[in-house]
Amino acid sequence: MDCSRRTLLKSACAATAAATLPISAFRLFSPAECRAETGKPGTRWIFLVDTEKCVGCGLCVKACKLENEVPYDAPVTRTWVERYVITSDGKSHIDSPMGGRDGFTSPKIDGQEINPKEITKAFFVPKLCNQCDNPPCVQVCPVGATYQTSDGVVLVDRKWCIGCGYCIMACPYGVRFFHPEYKVAEKCTFCYHRISKGETTACVQACPFEARKIGNLRDPDDPVTKIVMTQRVGVLKDEYGTKPQVFYLGLDRNVR
Amino acid sequence: MKNHVLRPLWLVLAAIALLLAVRYLVVPSDFGVNGRSFTYGFHRLSNVADWQKFPDKYLGKEYCQDCHEEKVTENGSSKHRNIQCENCHGPAYGHPDNPEKLPIDRSRELCLRCHSQLPYPGSQRGQLKGIDPERHNPGQPCAECHNPHHPDQEVG
Ligand code: HEC
Ligand code: HEC
Ligand code: HEC
Ligand code: HEC
Repeated sequence: MDCSRRTLLKSACAATAAATLPISAFRLFSPAECRAETGKPGTRWIFLVDTEKCVGCGLCVKACKLENEVPYDAPVTRTWVERYVITSDGKSHIDSPMGGRDGFTSPKIDGQEINPKEITKAFFVPKLCNQCDNPPCVQVCPVGATYQTSDGVVLVDRKWCIGCGYCIMACPYGVRFFHPEYKVAEKCTFCYHRISKGETTACVQACPFEARKIGNLRDPDDPVTKIVMTQRVGVLKDEYGTKPQVFYLGLDRNVR
Repeated sequence: MKNHVLRPLWLVLAAIALLLAVRYLVVPSDFGVNGRSFTYGFHRLSNVADWQKFPDKYLGKEYCQDCHEEKVTENGSSKHRNIQCENCHGPAYGHPDNPEKLPIDRSRELCLRCHSQLPYPGSQRGQLKGIDPERHNPGQPCAECHNPHHPDQEVG
């Protein structure tokens, strides 16, 4: 076989470039993959948010903060509710005062009055950690303080975290923050202490409208799994290749 | 071999030994790859149990049943039956020992979370029975006229 210096260099360059691209960068959310996951033994926690049912009462945010001892008046929260009001001029007005902790009681957005006749769509979107299958926040941790449990939940080891903040920067969804008291990275745990005991999360229990649900993707009879399999669900920022495991019903293209 | 070659060598070996000793003492024995892979599972295994030990604060409506049966029954047949008691009274962790009584929030803001009218198509909020808080009996606590546990009933 003859191999000139030129072809050797060329193929070496191509191979290096190909090797640096993660395979996950080419794959988007695939129902087939989800289906392959169901039926396996064990548990893979997933979450379902129905944006049409959410009324923006914020009781989930309140319950989450009190359940998980997140400082109540600090501007940090593990879950929050965003309000989207889209007007006929195509503008979207978005707000989430205090993460929606006290609900949305005024039609004003950031002090701005909006004429109800101009509203074309308006809805609320609860957000929380997506407990990604490929969590970038875990990849960047330099000390092994954050990790994925065998049932798919990403946790932070408060004793081991050095508070460097890499994970906070790495999360494309902005769900991580710095805990003002413990001085470590903090995030939604899907109420790991509750779901491990067979209870539901504090936010799911608090929601009077069933806008939030938690389920096990590996159980084919789980009502949440059935919805994810049979209905049109969306996920946030699919193109990042993080494989988020929080699914949304009625997701709008204006939601980021 | 000459001393000036060996001395730094011993120094380096001593430094490595010290590093290994410190590592042995500081890094817990359950630290390692526990789970899917090094990328996602490198952690202290006992931290999972630490998180599981965290106490619940919200105990749910079933917990109130034994002691506040009357309220639970009254609420159970009303349009507010899907609202958890603790959404309005706060988490019941420790109650009735400490705190002896759960707080009673008579503020209008509590009810306005759901009942301040917002004309939002595409959200269930638009269909909820709503009022304009500036015009519906302003300044007066809602519970003076509406029963928070059974709002479809007259206040007795
Ligand atoms: C083991 C019995 C017990 C359970 C369970 C219990 N309570 Fe109580 N609760 C009490 C007692 C006793 C008092 C004090 C009553 C008093 O002094 O009038 C009280 C007081 C209260 C008060 C204040 C009443 C007032 O007049 O100020 C509220 C509100 C309340 N409970 C709500 C709840 C809720 C909500 C739950 C369920 C999450 C709950 N309680 C579960 C025993 C209980
Ligand atoms: C929508 C909010 C809301 C919900 C849900 C709710 N409460 Fe209340 N509760 C109130 C308010 C407001 C008062 C004060 C009523 C008043 O001023 O007369 C009150 C008063 C009470 C009291 C003491 C006063 C009394 O009337 O005896 C008890 C006990 C109580 N609630 C228990 C419960 C229990 C148990 C549940 C769940 C079944 C529950 N509440 C659900 C808002 C709520
Ligand atoms: C978590 C949301 C929520 C909160 C908080 C809430 N409500 Fe309601 N309320 C509802 C829902 C849901 C209904 C049923 C509406 C319907 O049938 O259209 C309702 C119905 C009502 C009704 C109408 C009953 C009827 O006959 O149709 C009144 C009055 C009412 N609530 C008063 C209150 C008062 C007073 C408070 C505060 C103590 C309160 N609500 C807090 C959700 C809420
Ligand atoms: C002075 C007594 C009074 C107070 C205070 C009061 N309401 Fe009412 N409310 C009424 C009466 C009477 C009605 C029924 C007649 C009507 O629709 O106006 C009513 C109706 C309602 C309805 C049903 C509207 C519908 O479309 O059927 C809701 C919801 C409601 N009130 C919520 C509230 C809330 C929330 C507060 C506190 C912010 C509150 N009310 C304070 C007397 C009161």
